Amino acid sequence: MSDLTRLTLAEARDGLKTKTFTATELTKAHIEAIEAGNPALNAYVLATPDHALAQAKASDARLAKGDARPLEGLPLGNKDLFCTNGIRTTACSRILDDFKPTYESTVGGNLWNAGAVMLGKLNNDEFAMGSSNETSAFGPVVSPWRRQGKADKLVPGGSSGGSSAAVAAGLCLAATATDTGGSIRQPAALTGTVGIKPTYGRCSRWGIVAFASSLDQAGPIAKTVRDAAIMLSSMAGHDPKDSTSVDAPVPDYEAALGQGIKGLRVGVPKEYRVEGMSKEIDDLWTKGIEWLKAAGATIHEISLPHTKYALPAYYIVAPAEASSNLARYDGVRYGLRVPGKDVIDTYENTRAAGFGKEVRRRILIGTYVLSAGYYDAYYLKAQKIRTLIKRDFDDAWSKVDVVLTPTTPSPAFAFGEKSGDPIAMYLEDIFTVTVNMAGLPGLSVPAGLSSEGTPLGLQLIGKPFDEATLFRTAQAIEDAAGRFTIGERWWAGEAKASAPAAKAAPKGAAKKKPGGK
Amino acid sequence: MQDTSKHKASNLIAGATGDWEVVIGMEVHAQVASASKLFSGSSTAFGAEPNSHVSLVDAAMPGMLPVINAECIAQAIRTGLGLKAEINLNSVFDRKNYFYPDLPQGYQISQYKQPIVGEGEIEIDVDGEAKRVGIERLHLEQDAGKSIHDQSPDYSFVDLNRSGVALMEIVSRPDLRSSKEAQAYVTKLRTILRYLGTCDGDMEKGNLRADVNVSVRKPGDKLGTRCEIKNVNSIRFIGQAIEVEARRQIDIIEDGGKIDQETRLFDPAKGETRSMRSKEEAHDYRYFPDPDLLPLELEQGFVDDLAQHLPELPDEKRARFVKDYGLSAYDATVLVAERDNADYFESVAKGRDGKLAANWVINELFGRLNKEGKNIEHSPVSAKQLGGLVDLIANGTISGKIAKDLFEILWTEGGDPAEIVEARGMKQVTDTGAIEKAVDEIIAANPDKVEQAKAKPSMIGWFVGQVMKATGGKANPAAVNDILKAKLGL
Repeated sequence: MSDLTRLTLAEARDGLKTKTFTATELTKAHIEAIEAGNPALNAYVLATPDHALAQAKASDARLAKGDARPLEGLPLGNKDLFCTNGIRTTACSRILDDFKPTYESTVGGNLWNAGAVMLGKLNNDEFAMGSSNETSAFGPVVSPWRRQGKADKLVPGGSSGGSSAAVAAGLCLAATATDTGGSIRQPAALTGTVGIKPTYGRCSRWGIVAFASSLDQAGPIAKTVRDAAIMLSSMAGHDPKDSTSVDAPVPDYEAALGQGIKGLRVGVPKEYRVEGMSKEIDDLWTKGIEWLKAAGATIHEISLPHTKYALPAYYIVAPAEASSNLARYDGVRYGLRVPGKDVIDTYENTRAAGFGKEVRRRILIGTYVLSAGYYDAYYLKAQKIRTLIKRDFDDAWSKVDVVLTPTTPSPAFAFGEKSGDPIAMYLEDIFTVTVNMAGLPGLSVPAGLSSEGTPLGLQLIGKPFDEATLFRTAQAIEDAAGRFTIGERWWAGEAKASAPAAKAAPKGAAKKKPGGK
Repeated sequence: MQDTSKHKASNLIAGATGDWEVVIGMEVHAQVASASKLFSGSSTAFGAEPNSHVSLVDAAMPGMLPVINAECIAQAIRTGLGLKAEINLNSVFDRKNYFYPDLPQGYQISQYKQPIVGEGEIEIDVDGEAKRVGIERLHLEQDAGKSIHDQSPDYSFVDLNRSGVALMEIVSRPDLRSSKEAQAYVTKLRTILRYLGTCDGDMEKGNLRADVNVSVRKPGDKLGTRCEIKNVNSIRFIGQAIEVEARRQIDIIEDGGKIDQETRLFDPAKGETRSMRSKEEAHDYRYFPDPDLLPLELEQGFVDDLAQHLPELPDEKRARFVKDYGLSAYDATVLVAERDNADYFESVAKGRDGKLAANWVINELFGRLNKEGKNIEHSPVSAKQLGGLVDLIANGTISGKIAKDLFEILWTEGGDPAEIVEARGMKQVTDTGAIEKAVDEIIAANPDKVEQAKAKPSMIGWFVGQVMKATGGKANPAAVNDILKAKLGL
């Protein structure tokens, strides 16, 4: 049997259908890959092999009966921001300690109801705050990609770094992820995977640990455009438990892929040619334009004049909402509690010990911008900018159907390269945050390799609820650029010596509470 | 209608340096009558085991989201309509951020800049004088849980049953000028809420509680610095709290001091208000629109539909009672104070003499209910029974005096009034033959009295008494009078 972990989601689905292998075999192959690779990559913070095998067994029974659901028997990774019933969920923060929800996120539930198998919980930046996965309480994720001829550890992007690394390394067929300012698209770009942040309201936020409620959206990271389309078809849908989820039918995104892009109007925004953008990113963008033109699209230069205000406005709105969303982690009802002499002292001890540096920074920024006397100058102004950014896009949609930009200003960077400089790290989101601010769908598709041999992505931005157009446009790019996979699985070799990852709790997981309860 | 800009002499409080005027504004928190909470499906029932009505949303578990309870919105709109207030078709839920153990989210969802209900008014009546009190706004918000400090030497406990229950905060203008007016305001507001069925008004359970803003000034001066007295939970205490707080402020100012703007608590046992926290310690609540909830957009048709199904309100009912039943304004006011009372009266009065019905409902029934500490729902005498009693008086079957005996029987034993009167021979005798017979016997037996009566016609009273005695009190007094007059030749 060939290596099942090298299959795409669609190929694995076909293999199960033709009974070339069973869901149990497929799941076992991934469990073994996790055991072998996770010690080096740290993509999973919790492996759940028993849970996965039980689900796979049930899937095999359904497959045997010819009663397969859309994702029957397909093993996935689940970002640790998604609450999992009876399974530890931490948002990769110490403050949640060994919290076990009694409920399943709506999006997770949708996937398991479609027959998917959960392999475990994936690492991410603490509370999804970060662009390199270096802020996780479980330690950073190592990208399976290396610079050509070098062995220094690269970041897999963030905050969905566990998702992007696991998909790129074959530790799952596809993964859930979330995107508040670029947390799906940037890690996808840095790991040669496909990631889509759907329109705000397309996926339910219920049961997903909140970072910034008006910006957060769930979406998949997958190996191919088709796989991402298959995933989103099952993840999306209206949820009465989320007042911001939208009651609109979910199209069959996979069916849209074959439609081609003849006559499609593609916008290229001049404001995205930012200062300091590397030549190879610029060249990649040009190549993307050529590919789409060759596939029958027409190219139009457009203007999104308020683009330059998006990033600063984002870093007001997102921390403001976060400062309020994270107030519930107070040590009173669940998670970490570090006792103090009175309740205020307990709050302070708990939150000081429970939140990492970046999370504390954002809570402070958010608290500041909402304070009396600053609200108008910061929060209100940022909201006005948000309206202007939306209007920019509304104007653009009268001229074009989709917008093409680079996903990131630079390729994957090494550990520590940007973590000391918050502004440099925040600039990682410069091309992606506008999409969240405007609530639009955005997709990152691999388009080439940097001079160092690491992946680069192009971003497609679509009209509200027009994910289908993003998928078929991305398909055209994927068809032209090809897929970017890693030949030598260096991480699997290192692992043979160490204990199986599934049994070894991820580092930090078993960490004792500083003060006990 | 009283002009609130002018002071009323009887409201002034005497101080060492002259008269003072107290200025009062009220913030009333009324629990919305609804089966489930404002943003979750948990029950709002009172008195359950601690933490038994708590959903994942109420406990602010990670990833939980609020969903608006449409019934709470409808109740707030009904209340707004009852307060003759502007209904805002666009309103926004905000987060009011502060840390407290019984506030699981770390913020209260409330309405700050765009409340669901805008300006309205309430008419109050103090000592027979009507006055309009302005309503500034009504907004919806979540209640917090309850901290319990008396169960353990080392810990406080938290009960989240109330966490997330819908409250309406109803804010008045500073239009009130005495403790009496403030009490009348809360009483009237409570009556309106109970008529509407939007809040049960139960102050003992904390379902209606008031924050009272009090300041004092010399008549004609600009407004003084106010203090807010938090969570006063009875109408009596509202009056007391205002009296002592006004006096405290007057004493401070007259001693050359100045009032600090602060939040205070009223201690009914000691009869004083105490400082809770000063303005410097006041929270910065960092209000901002709750991103988990879309702005609330209402259709005019929805509001119109609620308006069409609004029950008759106390002011209209009172006017109707005066007009349709010929009641005095006072009686009508007494009857409409509680909707159940008014409904009871109306069942008794329909098709009957309204004044007679009002007399029996207010004097006999309410008097007896008060004496026995019962309310109208638990009245042993039903409206149908009391109506039957009124009929028997009206058609001359029984006298007013006998009716009181009948009422007593209905109260203690129950039964059908007409049947009781028949069975127990309580009918008044209107048969002139029987009365004549009794009169003849008494005249025959008392010739001396007959002579006296001829000289002094008021002696007829003695004869009436004798006839009534002879007939066991059942003779129709009018018939007895007529017959006596004829026979005695008066």
